[in-house]
Amino acid sequence: MQLTDSERDLLAGKGGEAARRALEMQLKVGDFFQAERFVPVSSAHVMADSEALGDVGIRFLEELAEIGGRCSVPTTINPRGADFLHFQGLGQSEDVVAQERRIIAAFEKLGALTVNTCINYESITPPRFGEHLAWGDTGTVIFANSVAGARSNFEGGPVAVAAAITGRTPAYGYHLDQQRRATVNVEVQAVPKEPSDWGAIGCWIGRQVGDYWQVPALTGLDGQPSITELKQLGASLASYGSLAMFHLVGVTPEAPTLAAAGGGCEPARKIVMPPDGITDAYRSFQPEQERPDLVVFSAPQLSLVEIRRIADLLDGRTVHPDVQLLLTTNHAYRSLAERLGFVAQIERSGGLVLDDVCFYILHARELGQKNHWRTLVTDSAKLANIIAGYGYNPVLRPTAVCIEAAVSGRLPW
Amino acid sequence: MSREFVFRTHPGVGPTVEGEALVSHHGFSARYDMNRDTGIVSRETHDLHGQSVVDKICFFTTAKGGVATAWALYDMKVRGVAPRALIFGTTNPIMVQGAVLADLALMDRLDPDPWAIVENGDHVKVEPAEGRVVVSKRS
Repeated sequence: MQLTDSERDLLAGKGGEAARRALEMQLKVGDFFQAERFVPVSSAHVMADSEALGDVGIRFLEELAEIGGRCSVPTTINPRGADFLHFQGLGQSEDVVAQERRIIAAFEKLGALTVNTCINYESITPPRFGEHLAWGDTGTVIFANSVAGARSNFEGGPVAVAAAITGRTPAYGYHLDQQRRATVNVEVQAVPKEPSDWGAIGCWIGRQVGDYWQVPALTGLDGQPSITELKQLGASLASYGSLAMFHLVGVTPEAPTLAAAGGGCEPARKIVMPPDGITDAYRSFQPEQERPDLVVFSAPQLSLVEIRRIADLLDGRTVHPDVQLLLTTNHAYRSLAERLGFVAQIERSGGLVLDDVCFYILHARELGQKNHWRTLVTDSAKLANIIAGYGYNPVLRPTAVCIEAAVSGRLPW
Repeated sequence: MSREFVFRTHPGVGPTVEGEALVSHHGFSARYDMNRDTGIVSRETHDLHGQSVVDKICFFTTAKGGVATAWALYDMKVRGVAPRALIFGTTNPIMVQGAVLADLALMDRLDPDPWAIVENGDHVKVEPAEGRVVVSKRS
């Protein structure tokens, strides 16, 4: 890579040992992907929960802070592995909380914003068209790239911290025009009716197009999807397909036409998602038992609009005594939901609104074993994908069906 | 007598290592497919379900979603349950970032296609700096 004078200084240790280590790590990654230079980033977003880090990861962060590492750009932190108010009720150990407190202390020393959210793009650092970012959490990256037209690769925790310190990132992948062009046209013949249907579309497409370097351009979808729908679509595409960018022709900013999305010509490859593709995605998740153990609304964290919809769908009814109902959001939205009465509504029905966390980050394997949770019903295609690796039987269904399952204790279909 | 096959690609990351091949026709996520206490593949639908990746030269088609893999590889390495090297059809940035932190050998885009040649148990030498992988067939 070609380095500027200031980058050479950092590498020579003139910005301190933490910055030297950070840039060295970024340089190795940049070389692998044949990046030519670094670009300055306007913010960093770091996934660094206790389960992902383990003790060795926590020590890595603490050491960076101790040797003088400091964030040089606004840096947000992804959800953590315990809700400090509710962890005991869920059967989580004090150890997890102690680990999370160490992580928060390290990040505060590093000068990061310990906001514990995976929807920073909605609530803390909205991305702008064309700006370079160093974001982790795949859902945040695909949203920034696709919906806002900002530019980021998937930056894993260690290098996202490195970028926070150095204020730059190697210019490869989605920082470059040529990587942002559509590689495949997906003609969607299915008709989505609600946000979880968009997640199901992401599931179907992600299973067909499972490669970080592929960029699908979706056509055939009429109307103007909401931010919630784009959030579900993106999170799902990123989870099933490891995708970092999509175009929705006529909606997302780099896709006024299919040809524009392809960088001047339409992509050579085309696949068709048939009319029953959404139903097929739902049906690919089958319950092993009629009674769900838990119903979870999470991944990504819910917005105020999504929390309200669940409160409305519950409509004062009581959750079945054998079913656990969980929602997760960030602290900002939970505070607002509390003030607006939605939290009280959901709690009266027997549900829990957790903040600062996301379900699969709650050390989900141990949590499931402790609570004898196996069949998990959710409207999040992303959660349904991830949680299968933690010994659960995931069932993806539309939001209203999930609520009926929570109330009746039975899965209607 | 063993037969030798040489594969070429761009330079990878990590040290030169040797070991036994473990070949999957699926993708890989160190967070969502693995039991990280044991190094055993935990995802029930994975073609390596129940098998250990510890100290193996693992071949996976793609690197799957999940930013946490970057931490997970380091965690596995320090606790002694990491693979010795990771070879992908195509990798994504997360795996490379994780391999850099863990100082684990990682390469992708091998030529020719290793899936037509390499089988479980073959002896593999991975040379990231040279962009070379040498496979010795068992028979």
